[in-house]
Amino acid sequence: MRTRDFLGLTFSSIVAHRLRSALTALGIAVGIAAVILLTSIGEGIHRFVLQEFTQFGTTLVAINPGKATTAGTSMGVFGTERPLSIEDAEALRRLPFVRAVVPFVQGNAEVEADNRRRRVAVYGAGPQMPEAFSMAVRSGRFLPADDPTAPRAFAVLGSKLRQELFGDANPLGKRITIGGSRYRVIGVMESKGTVLGFDLDDTVYIPAARALSLFNRDSLFEIDVMYREEVDVDTVVAGIKRTLTARHGKEDYTVTTQQQMLDVLGSILNVLTFAVAAIGGISLLVGAIGIVTIMSIAVNERTSEIGLLRALGARRSQVLNLFLGEAIVLAAIGGVSGLGLGIGIAWLLHTAMPSLPVHTPLLYVVLAEALAVSIGLIAGVAPAQRAARLDPIEALRAE
Amino acid sequence: MPVIQLQQIHRDFQVGDQVVHALDDINLQIDAGDYLSIMGPSGSGKSTLLNLIGLLDRATSGHYILNGQDVTVLSDTEQATTRNKTIGFVFQSFHLVPRLSAAANVELPLMLAGMSVEERRSKVAKALEALHLSDRAEHKPDQLSGGQRQRVAIARATVTEPAVLLADEPTGNLDRKSGLDVMGILEALNDRGITLIVVTHDAELGQRARRQLHMLDGRIHREEQEG
Ligand SMILES: Nc1ncnc2c1ncn2[C@@H]1O[C@H](COP(=O)(O)OP(=O)(O)O)[C@@H](O)[C@H]1O
Ligand SMILES: [Mg+2]
Repeated sequence: MRTRDFLGLTFSSIVAHRLRSALTALGIAVGIAAVILLTSIGEGIHRFVLQEFTQFGTTLVAINPGKATTAGTSMGVFGTERPLSIEDAEALRRLPFVRAVVPFVQGNAEVEADNRRRRVAVYGAGPQMPEAFSMAVRSGRFLPADDPTAPRAFAVLGSKLRQELFGDANPLGKRITIGGSRYRVIGVMESKGTVLGFDLDDTVYIPAARALSLFNRDSLFEIDVMYREEVDVDTVVAGIKRTLTARHGKEDYTVTTQQQMLDVLGSILNVLTFAVAAIGGISLLVGAIGIVTIMSIAVNERTSEIGLLRALGARRSQVLNLFLGEAIVLAAIGGVSGLGLGIGIAWLLHTAMPSLPVHTPLLYVVLAEALAVSIGLIAGVAPAQRAARLDPIEALRAE
Repeated sequence: MPVIQLQQIHRDFQVGDQVVHALDDINLQIDAGDYLSIMGPSGSGKSTLLNLIGLLDRATSGHYILNGQDVTVLSDTEQATTRNKTIGFVFQSFHLVPRLSAAANVELPLMLAGMSVEERRSKVAKALEALHLSDRAEHKPDQLSGGQRQRVAIARATVTEPAVLLADEPTGNLDRKSGLDVMGILEALNDRGITLIVVTHDAELGQRARRQLHMLDGRIHREEQEG
C-alpha cells in the first residue's frame, strides 16, 4: 500500500469523527504546549528574575526587624523585639567592611505641589541609596549627609512623579507638601522603571528619620548594607550580628544575604517549573489514555470494516499499520497544535514583558513533536494489535 | 483445468466440549467460468464452504487447490495476496465503508495492492461504468439505494478482475426487483468468463445456476446440473 493512500485512509476516519478526534488530540496538545512553554521561557524567566534581583549589585545584605524562625514567622508578632533604628544603621556604618548603609522605610502619602496632588509611594532612605542600589540622579542631587537623626526637609523626586507634578517646569528648589509637612525639592532621579512590581519612578525619596515620623513608626523596614567586594560574606554577617546583638541584647533581627534571597527565589521558580512540568506530564498521560480509549472504540466500531479489508486482501500488518497510523496522526496533530499553542503563549508573554527573554530552540520543537508521536505510537499499539488479530469471518459478521 | 479443487475437506468447530462438523468430507471441482449455486437449510455449512473457498478460513483437513496451486499451505500473508488478486466477495449486507465515496470503496482493493493512482483511476471508472454507477461515483453509501449499494459492492469485487466471484446471499437484503437486477449483473459477469459461486437459500434464484449444490449437515447432499 502506498504511503499517500495510507495517509488518505487514516485521515478519512479522523475527519469522519472530527469532534472526537479534536478532543483526543487536545489532551496531547495541552501537554505539549506546557512542555514547549517550559523550555521556551523556563531559562528566560530564571535569568529575568535573577537579573531583576541582582541589578542592585550582589554585595548587599538586608537586615529586617524580627527573628525569622525556620517556620517562617517573625518573632515580632509577639512584640518582644526592639525596633530597628536609625542609630542601629549608624552603628553599622562604622564597621570596617561597610561601603554604604541605607536605612529604609516605606509608606504611601499624598504629595502636593502648587495645586497638583498625587498619592504615591514614599521611600524613607539614606544619602547612600544611589550608591548602594546603582541609581543615578538626573538633576540636582540626592539627599545630603545631614545628621541622620535630624535631617533637613529635603525631597528627591522619581522621574514620573516629577512629570506629574511639574510637567516641563524645573522642580529644583520648589516646595512640596508630603503628608502635610513641607519639603524642598533638591533632585530628580533617572528613570529606573519597575523592579519586581515596584514603580521606582512614581515615587519620592525623603530622609528615613522624617519618613518614620511621617508614618508614625519607630522601626525601620530594613537596613541595607553594601560591603566591600573583597570581604567574605560570612565575615560581614558575623560583624553585623555582633554589632546589632550588642546593641539589642539579643538577636531580634534577621540578616539576609543576596545569596539567600536568590536561593529562596530559585526554589520558588523550581516549584513553578515543577508545577508546569507536572501539568504537562499529567496532560500527556491523560492524552495517551484518551488515545487508547478512542482507538479501542474505533476498533469496536469498525470491526466489520476490518473484516472487509481482510476479505479484500489486506494483510494483518496492513490493518495493524492503519490503526497504529491513526493513533500516531491523532497524537501528531495534538503535538502540532500544542507547539502552536505553546509558542503562541510564549510570544504573548514576550510581547507583554519585552525584557523577558523567550527562546524556543528548533531542537526542542522537534523533540516535543517526536514525544507526541511516540505517545501516539505507544498508546496505539494495543488497540491496533487487537484489530490485526481479529478473525476476518467473525469481524465480517459484526454489524 | 478446474479453477477450484476441494479434496476431502473437513472443517470442524470446537463448541464447548462438542465438535461441530461444519464441513464433512467435501469433494468438489469447479471449472473456470462455471456458475454454481449452493443451497441448503440454515446451518448446513454453505457460508463455511464459501469462506473456505475465499481463503478467509482454513480447512481442518483436506486439500484445496486454487488455479493449480495448493493454497492450504500458504501463510496468512500469501493467502491475503491471493485473495486480493484472485477472489472477489459480494456480501449480503454490502459491507461498504460508510465514510468513503462509492468510487473510493471500489478503489480499496487496488489501494491495498499498492497500485498507482493513474492505473487505479481508469479501472475504477470502468468498473463503475459497467455497473451504471458513473453518476454516483462521489456519493456516500448512505446516499444510495440498496440495489445501488450492492452494485458498488460488485464493482469493488470485480475491479481487480478476479477469476472467482463469491456471493453469500447477495440478494438477502434487497427487494425482489433489485435482487433480480443484481442476479442479472452477476450472471452477465459470468457470461464474460468469471467463475461465479452464489450461496442462497432461495430455491428459485438457485435454480438459475448451471450447477446446483444442495448441502445438508456439512455435506454435499445432492447436485443438479442444468442443460
Ligand atoms: N466460528 C464458528 N464457531 C462455531 N461453530 C460455527 C462457526 N461457524 C460456523 N459454525 C457452525 O457450522 C455450521 C455451518 O455454519 P454456516 O456455514 O454458517 O451455515 P449456513 O451458512 O449454511 O447457514 C453451523 O452449525 C454453525 O453453527
Ligand atoms: Mg450462511
